[in-house]
Amino acid sequence: MPLTNITGIARSEGDPKVERKGPSSLTGADQLARALGWFSVGLGLAELIAPGRLARTLGLDGKEGLIRAYGARELASAVPTLSIDKSVGLAARIGGDALDLATLAGALHRDNPKWRNAAVATALVAGITLLDVAAFKGVKAAHAREPGADRDYSDRSGLPRGAQASRGLARKDFDIPPDYNAEGRVADALPAPALQA
Amino acid sequence: MKALVWHGKEDIRYDTVSDPAIEHPRDAIIKVTSCAICGSDLHLFHNLVPAMLPGDIMGHETMGEVVDVGSAAKGSLKKGDRVVIPFTIQCGECDQCRRGNFSVCERSNRKKEVGDKAFGHATAGLFGYTHLTGGYPGGQAEYLRVPFADTTHIKVPHGIDDEKLLFLSDILPTGWQAAVQADIQPGDTVAVWGCGPVGQMAIRSAILLGAEQVVAIDHLPERLSMAAAAGAITIDFEQESVVERLNALTKGRGPDKCIDAVGTEAHVNLGQPDTVLDRAKQMLMAENDRPHVLREMIYVCRPGGVISIVGVYLGLSDKVPMGQAMNKGLTFRMAQTHVPRWTGDLLRRIEDGQIDPSFVITHKVDLSKGPEMYATFRDKADGCVKVMLQP
Repeated sequence: MPLTNITGIARSEGDPKVERKGPSSLTGADQLARALGWFSVGLGLAELIAPGRLARTLGLDGKEGLIRAYGARELASAVPTLSIDKSVGLAARIGGDALDLATLAGALHRDNPKWRNAAVATALVAGITLLDVAAFKGVKAAHAREPGADRDYSDRSGLPRGAQASRGLARKDFDIPPDYNAEGRVADALPAPALQA
Repeated sequence: MKALVWHGKEDIRYDTVSDPAIEHPRDAIIKVTSCAICGSDLHLFHNLVPAMLPGDIMGHETMGEVVDVGSAAKGSLKKGDRVVIPFTIQCGECDQCRRGNFSVCERSNRKKEVGDKAFGHATAGLFGYTHLTGGYPGGQAEYLRVPFADTTHIKVPHGIDDEKLLFLSDILPTGWQAAVQADIQPGDTVAVWGCGPVGQMAIRSAILLGAEQVVAIDHLPERLSMAAAAGAITIDFEQESVVERLNALTKGRGPDKCIDAVGTEAHVNLGQPDTVLDRAKQMLMAENDRPHVLREMIYVCRPGGVISIVGVYLGLSDKVPMGQAMNKGLTFRMAQTHVPRWTGDLLRRIEDGQIDPSFVITHKVDLSKGPEMYATFRDKADGCVKVMLQP
């Protein structure tokens, strides 16, 4: 949450105001990752707060502790998914999806009176897994440095007279100011060139 | 007008916004001819400074032409003047400005009460850099209102390309101040962490100030090649130990002067496990900065040496080894750049052909491409080192 929401900081009256929004720097994969991160927050809280209800719905009685642990895992993966390191969070989510599917597989038998609920949950998790994989691939592709695409800037010295001829050039007419030299004296007031204009 | 506008984490948009107008007699309006994305803009892009409002205009590296001048600024500016705008806003009259400490001007932060709470005492107003420093609209736009314009400008001559002059706004004086406040003496070995745009300027400044050895530390081949082009010895920290190599280059003494041109967002990798822990804590809002470079500099610096910090730090940094720093008698100098203190001299050096800052530009695009260029610059994709934008 921005500090500005708490402190009540507001934009100054005369500052330019947005009249029409344009295209964003966020890619579709970034936005999908963000949605999945918030989904993780919601699911994680539900698993932490109501593990018994989820267990009963899915026929996983006795697994309340495991569901609660999965809730903590969801929240832990939500943090990087909502950060700029989205690929780390999405990878964690994909690993978590595999655990969820394995756990649900244990409920997919006819002896479980809630097996239909478990089947629906399995289908949902499978769908979410596909979204996670798509977001992971998309984020990786959108923000990757292409392998082997390193440029060579060895012709960009920025020193028109050459590096060797430039060494110490400024010492001819520049002394380190007193406040920055080893004696550490207080600055002399230096009128800035701009101020003399 | 069109502008690059912050809407949230990683969400910069090319929006249509209302035009700025003169609000105070000391204001001026400039028509922006060129602007750039700074590495410190990425901290805002990543929402690491939680004091932005959706709708804030980005940008603090700007130049252009004066198109309107307030009555109190007419003595020093007129329509048609070509100016570079320092990223720091300075009144030119307060005690700090008179000392040359322009980045801590006592009057230009119009949200002083917020700055006082955040920093103990407010610092100068900055363009496009959160409401802690005034919440001023930035210059990645077609027009910019410049407060205190009679003192917040660098007049530049016609006939020199924008590419050579634009970086007087920030990265050139920042790199220069990094070298100057390191108190570089002939014979010194100067180590520069980070070969982004500021690190590149610091390397060239250290050369101009006569450092015997300049050692550049990064992990991106293209940036290291750019550092080597200016005569720096390079260390790829993913390939070799920074501490061992620096000690080998200095007969075991350590570099005399260490410059931090990285700041809060040190590269995270398993080879530097402290960065992984810092990143995790940053995600949980348990720490603001990733001060890996600071830790390494303090460890490797020669006793009695100088640590010069121009990479931006944001707040709380954990596990900074102050015991090592104290016992080794290190001197720390750091600041946001006092831009106008150096720019007259640096402009002369550009005109004299001692330095040509345009070498750092790798991408020059229309302002409308700004949103995607933020991502390109952040991802260091396509060999990107510096993005110049033109409305």
